[in-house]
Amino acid sequence: MNFASKQTATQSSPPSCLPWPREIVDKASWLALAESLAKGERELLSLWGETSCVHMAVLEPREPRLRIVTFECPEDSFPSVGRLHPPALRLERAIHDLYGLKPEGTPDHRAWLDHGRWGVRQPCGARHEINTVCDPYTFLTTEGEPLHLIPVGPVHAGIIEPGHFRFSANGETVVRLEERLGFVHKGVDRLMGGASIERAAQIAARVSGDSTVAYSLAFAQAVEAAFDVAVPPRATYLRALMAELERLANHFGDIGAICNDAAFALMHAQRGLVRERILREAASCFGHRLMMDRIAPGGTVVNLRQDNAAALYALVDWIELMTPRLIALFGDTTSLQDRTVGTGVISEALVKQYACGGYIGRASGRAFDARKAIGYAPYPQFAFEIGASKEGDVDARVWVRFDEIKASLKIVRQILDEAPGGPVIGAWALPEDWTREGAALVEGFRGDVFVWLRIRADGVVQRCHLRDPSWFQWPLLEAAIKDNIVADFPLCNKSFNCSYSGHDL
Amino acid sequence: MQKFLLQGLLRSALTEQAPTPDATSMAELGYTLERTARQKLGRSLSIREVDAGSCNGCELEIHALNNAYYDVERFGLRFVASPRHADVLLVTGPVTKNMREALERTYAATPDPKWVIAVGDCAFDGGVFCESYACIGAVAKVVPVDLHIRGCPPDPTTLLKGLIAFVETMS
Repeated sequence: MNFASKQTATQSSPPSCLPWPREIVDKASWLALAESLAKGERELLSLWGETSCVHMAVLEPREPRLRIVTFECPEDSFPSVGRLHPPALRLERAIHDLYGLKPEGTPDHRAWLDHGRWGVRQPCGARHEINTVCDPYTFLTTEGEPLHLIPVGPVHAGIIEPGHFRFSANGETVVRLEERLGFVHKGVDRLMGGASIERAAQIAARVSGDSTVAYSLAFAQAVEAAFDVAVPPRATYLRALMAELERLANHFGDIGAICNDAAFALMHAQRGLVRERILREAASCFGHRLMMDRIAPGGTVVNLRQDNAAALYALVDWIELMTPRLIALFGDTTSLQDRTVGTGVISEALVKQYACGGYIGRASGRAFDARKAIGYAPYPQFAFEIGASKEGDVDARVWVRFDEIKASLKIVRQILDEAPGGPVIGAWALPEDWTREGAALVEGFRGDVFVWLRIRADGVVQRCHLRDPSWFQWPLLEAAIKDNIVADFPLCNKSFNCSYSGHDL
Repeated sequence: MQKFLLQGLLRSALTEQAPTPDATSMAELGYTLERTARQKLGRSLSIREVDAGSCNGCELEIHALNNAYYDVERFGLRFVASPRHADVLLVTGPVTKNMREALERTYAATPDPKWVIAVGDCAFDGGVFCESYACIGAVAKVVPVDLHIRGCPPDPTTLLKGLIAFVETMS
């Protein structure tokens, strides 16, 4: 089935993407936009393919913050953005692997997600069967003093996701790290095409399990934008509550894991308790520990009972009591500081070039948070400060997460205080006239999750693009570890905690 | 730090009572392990976790088994870093084609006697990803599976019930 059929040409009214319109641009405008990205005048948010066209979303310095443009490529090629702006390179390699569209002039022709194991090439484009077992892959070379290679993965030593890391080291010092990802590619783009909204929502919730709320919320917001669905006010508060609980649980879990990678098990144990209590409360409030499938287009599928709200107050009280103690435990343990301070530094220039979101960007001086920049409901109602630092090391990323914990606790309290009553899901129907497009940008714990989708009038998803924040964070991990010792890689990696599944899709 | 350590000494343990082993798991296992294997391993099992394409939801819950509430090590179950040290592979995910060889090689690297426990709905039948060109589906299509623990993801109590059932059939 060719799910990305050219229905746009035949429908009764041209689809205008909501809330940010999508424009079709010519080659000159496409290139001009790529050049302005390279100059740092605007930031790349995503780049994705479809049969015979590519789309690009950019962040503008002024309102409206998002701009989506399309370049039609009947010749199955488009001017490479990555040639001018390296953050686009992996996205372009993925577009070529999945859709067969060639980025003209790209400096990197290697496959990215396609390891030659699918039995098919260009599964979302002009698919054709192949009979290879596996493709060879050329890693970048390292030259100079006597170097040794340390290949790691895809199966790692911990209980973590699979990916391959290749270190070139000079003694203990890492000269180059090259990542090879795509091991958990599950074919999400193609599964989405032709799916009902309900099924598509289930798939979106399973793109990255640790961000299931963020993905469900982004997907729901994009559908709601496309069909102009009004969400009941109470539902927006409950969604934000789930999103903040997810953020808290992940921050607590990750800070503990970072400390554990520096052999400081006490913090790991203490933080594990906080995380567990949050998940248990989530299960008792919403019926699922990770709050999977709790958000649907139109609202939420569960309501919050009065007794659950009381239990959440008690939980927030307890975490607010524990947080300063845990901060002191982190800050006062000099042997831990010895490992985290000055380790895995990322420059401000690099996070800005890559438009790197989440705590990684914020720890290096890029103060972007979709909750503030886009200001989706109910966040404009809340007063909260986002974490910020300019140090850019492992330590700064931990401190930014501590700040985000404080902010989230404050938001949870405000939600519990101010959540209005009323229904949690609004009735809505498909308009049955023409195909609609919608987009959303939502702040997950890891950074901004971008969703763009097109849904036919009969409620079938034609194309749904889900962009994980990790796309612009993984490349920076390669920069962070450079000139650090191999033994500090787990610390750097955990302080990033990029998603493999969300990236590989 | 002293405060935390002191508190740890004074406070009673947070670890909760062990759940009863899962009856369906016992039925699925349905066999008693060979006497020699039992003698060698006793009740102590080393587990190597392999993510064969999961969304990381299962990993989060497997991680939780190590926290003080569940304390999986009290049952003699320990997570190890290498398949060479493992008795049991705990496999998650709809086995992506890009991970198939890695899973097969991990299985081959695990010394006999060995067992495979497939965790999560994806590992059971591919879950929501079962129709994908990029996934094989059930873990059982790639390596022999001794026990399935279902759920999306299974919560730590469900995981414990399955794992205890596994240890029980051994002893």
